[in-house]
Amino acid sequence: MGQNPYSPHTDADRAAMLARVGITSVDDLLTAVPEDARGPAMGVPEGLSELEVQALMERIAALDRTAGSGPFFIGGPVQRRYIPAAVPALALRGEFLTAYTPYQPEVSQGTLQAIWEYQSLMSELLAMDVVNSSMYDGSTAVAEAALMAVRLTGRRRVVVANEVFSQFRQTLATYAKGPELEIVEVPSRELAANAAGAACLIVQHPDAFGTLVDVRTIADAAHAAGGLCVQVTEPHANALLDPPGALGVDIAVGEGQPLGIPLSFGGPHLGIIACRDALVRQMPGRIVGQTVDATGMRGFVNTLQTREQHIRREKATSNICTNEAIAAITASVYLSLMGPQSLRAAARTGVARAHALADRLARLPDVAIGAGGPFFDRFALRTPLGGELRTALLADGILVGEGIGRHYTGCGDGVTIQCTELVTDDDIDALVGAVKRMTARRPVAAS
Amino acid sequence: MSGRVRFETGAVTEMPALEPLLFELQQPGRTGRHVRGADEADVLIPAAFKRTVPLPLPELSEPQVVRHYTHLAQLNYSVDAGMYPLGSCTMKYNPKINDRAASLPGFSDIHPHQPDETVQGALRLLYELQELLAGISGMDHVTLQPAAGAHAEFTAILMFKAYHEARGDTKRRRVIVPDSAHGTNPASAAMCGFDVTTVKSDARGNVDLDALKAALGDDVVGFMLTNPNTLGLFEERVREVCDAVHRAGGLVYGDGANMNALLGVARPGDLGFDCVHINVHKTFSTPHGAGGPGAGPLCVKRHLEPFLPVPRVIRDGSGTYRRETATLHPKSIGRVRSFIGNFGVLVRAYAYIRTLGEEGLVETGRDAILAANYLLALVRERYDVAYERSPMHEFVLTAAKQKRQGASGLDIAKALIDEGFHPPTVYFPLIVPEALMIEPTETEPKETLDAFADALLRIAKRIETDPTSVRDAPVTAPLRRLDEVAAARKPRLRYRPA
Repeated sequence: MGQNPYSPHTDADRAAMLARVGITSVDDLLTAVPEDARGPAMGVPEGLSELEVQALMERIAALDRTAGSGPFFIGGPVQRRYIPAAVPALALRGEFLTAYTPYQPEVSQGTLQAIWEYQSLMSELLAMDVVNSSMYDGSTAVAEAALMAVRLTGRRRVVVANEVFSQFRQTLATYAKGPELEIVEVPSRELAANAAGAACLIVQHPDAFGTLVDVRTIADAAHAAGGLCVQVTEPHANALLDPPGALGVDIAVGEGQPLGIPLSFGGPHLGIIACRDALVRQMPGRIVGQTVDATGMRGFVNTLQTREQHIRREKATSNICTNEAIAAITASVYLSLMGPQSLRAAARTGVARAHALADRLARLPDVAIGAGGPFFDRFALRTPLGGELRTALLADGILVGEGIGRHYTGCGDGVTIQCTELVTDDDIDALVGAVKRMTARRPVAAS
Repeated sequence: MSGRVRFETGAVTEMPALEPLLFELQQPGRTGRHVRGADEADVLIPAAFKRTVPLPLPELSEPQVVRHYTHLAQLNYSVDAGMYPLGSCTMKYNPKINDRAASLPGFSDIHPHQPDETVQGALRLLYELQELLAGISGMDHVTLQPAAGAHAEFTAILMFKAYHEARGDTKRRRVIVPDSAHGTNPASAAMCGFDVTTVKSDARGNVDLDALKAALGDDVVGFMLTNPNTLGLFEERVREVCDAVHRAGGLVYGDGANMNALLGVARPGDLGFDCVHINVHKTFSTPHGAGGPGAGPLCVKRHLEPFLPVPRVIRDGSGTYRRETATLHPKSIGRVRSFIGNFGVLVRAYAYIRTLGEEGLVETGRDAILAANYLLALVRERYDVAYERSPMHEFVLTAAKQKRQGASGLDIAKALIDEGFHPPTVYFPLIVPEALMIEPTETEPKETLDAFADALLRIAKRIETDPTSVRDAPVTAPLRRLDEVAAARKPRLRYRPA
């Protein structure tokens, strides 16, 4: 014994405990386990000391190229942004990190108030009435919003724009398989014309290519046809652009990772979901509400729980029992440190860099930028190399976003370029220089 | 946990409060300087798209923010602070080395859209974790994608649907769950478009095999079973249960919420289950994060492999790791989330498994079982146990007797707060009246188990003589009992300026 370094039990402890139970071995407690299945080999290597584990993890981590080690223009739902030092220092405190869902509010006010403040901060940012912190990520938030719209309208058809992030649309398609919903994908500009009979229209603004979309017209069309409008949004854009609540949107969803959460290869992140007051009883997931204790002190509790799985079981609004609490607390600390000023500055810097970069690239021969309309802080870059540009740039140590052709029907081929406040002038010089060289090197087409 | 303190802030709050809100601390013009510049961006955004509504985020200095969140942290009870015996939640100690591993730049500063050749370390770790979990669970293949246990349930039931449909068997519409099941089980089945049939438990806390057989038929998708179940009891006829479901053409889902008890004791793959999920935030010690995110890898037998979600992490013949999409896996149910999994959580689980090794995992399961049985032996002189059997890693008491004496299970839970402990799970499973579900885990020392038992016994004695005093508990926590009815009747879900 003594094989688990986190177990406090000495052999004397174990002997005393066995004696109190009235047995001689733990085996005496396992008689219900089929005999031939007992004590299986699991094939796990011998345990390591902490020093050895640290060295092992460093060795494996060193095999990855970190985002910060060279020019980096990958973005989309997950964005490399500046994280103030105080964010992890506060959000990862053991009192938050090692607590559980606040089932006992008297000893969980830290978590509950922090989540309620998250709900408040995000409500202000999105100009929506109600927000919660229960969604796993942006993609499942989109799927849950669609299911919510289906419950609210009694309709089974969901119309989603092609220019919604491909991972979000693919996850939506998976979630639609169970209840066998009809999912229709159309270009953003055709959403309004497809409103008839739809539970909801799902639009992304700015879209996957950073293009700004007229959401109001789409929301009006959805409402005129008796359906709902779901907008996929991203946090920083709302500092500068009219937010979902000002555009007539019923349910706003998105990926909250850019709010101070590390890239971490895609998770754990934070699904954003927000809705109008009137829809809250169909909202999935946990919600925190304000109340008072027995002496009149202000306090917070999980509320409206009769929507939830532990009470309603198969009639619940969702199977969710997670609260993405530590991610929501991280986002709240980030927003309170940044305040409106630094949040706007970060968003503006991404926009300014993206436009400066696009201007320089557009001057190169055979290079096309964007989808024609105004864009925010990312754009589609089309060159004669198509999606292959991504591989070519990698050889120069420059990382750009996914190839477009594979994931977005009718959007041509190319790559996406995301800028944030962490993109430097040197990064821009490197990308422009490389694209210039690679497109010039290509033999002239026969035509 | 701090005491009942009113912080001196000078802020005007609308009612007495432990800590002012961010919105009550702010003053216009107060700000840090975390990012600055780029005013020229304003001319790049067409006027029709610009924000026209105010952006009333609080304006605070960094020292204020630090104090605010430090004060909030101090209002929480946590595993770092003390025993947290929530049944079915496995609140074991969360080792710090695992947090440090997850924050290495090679793990935290990599983007999910990076090409495979730039993330070979991350893919190797995921691949190796898949292999480790397959060995631990006795299954053949693993997806690390599900973000939580409930997400794994959803993933698996969709895979069951795809499995039946691939065999041309399209009439299956029902999922069976025991009456002791977690609420997520029936909710997940419903999300997959299926009806739910509940079967009762027998007098020994097992699934009632006759009731199950009566419920089975050729319209049954599958059966969802937690083992050990939510009563903390090992399913005594688990193989007969699985066989019965299989004979009816159904599949058996293993809810692995209680996997901590099975480490080195038995593998679900050897007991007849077709798949099992693992809550790594329970069994493999990753922090619960005040409710999440955790991760819920799903381990499956070979016959379910074609239906696993994409992308899949594989190692090719040359030792290179790749993510494979639906093009190579046409029967896959598709993508269940944006990316490959809650990677930062999975890194921690990997570090934990490598630290403990085979022998450490075996010891973990056995110590967890011993701790629960020891604690039960200490408290049963004054508490009734729901089922007279040796439990595995947790046990369920019924406070029905105490309720008759004048204090409920909830009162006992609140009284434990005044004794310095986090309460156990209360009122679950639903089939036990006044349930107190207690899971000590293997990381609580014997002295702490003794102290917790003493506290429970003291409370029982108080109830025998002065139950009213228990109904006022807690009196030492930051707040007294909260009015949940008022919260639901008139929901206040966000800050609104007075």
